Amino acid sequence: MVELYVLLAAMIIAALVAIEIRDLLAAAVALGIVGFSVAIMFILLQAPDLAIVQIVVETLTVVFFAAVILRTTNVDGTISGAFRREMVFPAAVYGMFCVLFLIVVGRALAGLPSFGSPTMLVAGQYIALGLERTGAANVVAAIILDFRGYDTLGEATVLFTAVVGVLTIARRGGRKEKNGEDRS
Amino acid sequence: MRGMSPIVQVVARLLAGMLFLFGTYVVLHGHLTPGGGFAGGVLIAASFILMSLAFGSVAQTERNSYTFSSVVESLGGVLFVSLALAGYVGGAFFFQNAAVYGTGTPLRLISSGIILPANIAIGIKVGAGLFAVFLALGASRFVMKD
Repeated sequence: MVELYVLLAAMIIAALVAIEIRDLLAAAVALGIVGFSVAIMFILLQAPDLAIVQIVVETLTVVFFAAVILRTTNVDGTISGAFRREMVFPAAVYGMFCVLFLIVVGRALAGLPSFGSPTMLVAGQYIALGLERTGAANVVAAIILDFRGYDTLGEATVLFTAVVGVLTIARRGGRKEKNGEDRS
Repeated sequence: MRGMSPIVQVVARLLAGMLFLFGTYVVLHGHLTPGGGFAGGVLIAASFILMSLAFGSVAQTERNSYTFSSVVESLGGVLFVSLALAGYVGGAFFFQNAAVYGTGTPLRLISSGIILPANIAIGIKVGAGLFAVFLALGASRFVMKD
């Protein structure tokens, strides 16, 4: 599991670079590094379907970012390289959070089955106990609405967000102000 | 939006009811057979989309059903979250199911705790949401300008 620690450290460094670098194109590339590291991580954790989705989403995101940056500007004017005293406390908090994160993740990864042993422990439990625990004859319904209800809640939230986004962007006319001017 | 030819209208009138019925069936039997809220909701939305494509609609009707389906979509989401929160009522955790409501007799329609109402909530949400997206993307181009 050493490669996972290396990936995690690289992702933290790349995320910090993405925030702090002045060239926006380089920041987008750093963001891409974070996303593709997540994809590699999914492969290492034996979830290739998630890795494929992550690669597609990350590629699209980086392409969108690059397209927007190339059409506008690639200098982030809000970042200055000069040292300021009020940056010390946030930096210390960042550092402490990173160390804490790596410790927690290290303990979580220690509980994973070792490389080469079957990882489908949870799935076997779902299939074996699905009918008995939930009473649903369809094991898929038992999994998505009972064992993994949080997952479905997130999926419904994604759909809700998508609908709200489409309605916001595609709405014509918008609300009118009292004096007849279009606010949108 | 203008309607289509009489042939399309007759066939759409025959199909739309069956599509809606089949969507309702898929939603209600989600815990027994393949399918569930997402698949059934898409079928329900398809029946509405078929009707409005075949027969067309006027601007005011479309605007009303646009508002209505947005509201219904949000209500479906609220229903789903309150079903999840209902686990707290029985003194258990978020999304607690069988321990609070019992599993019922497997393979019966009324069984498996909150899975059936959760499927219904998701079906309402997906059906209304997709129809609202259709109205916003497809119809607004023609009629929602004013």
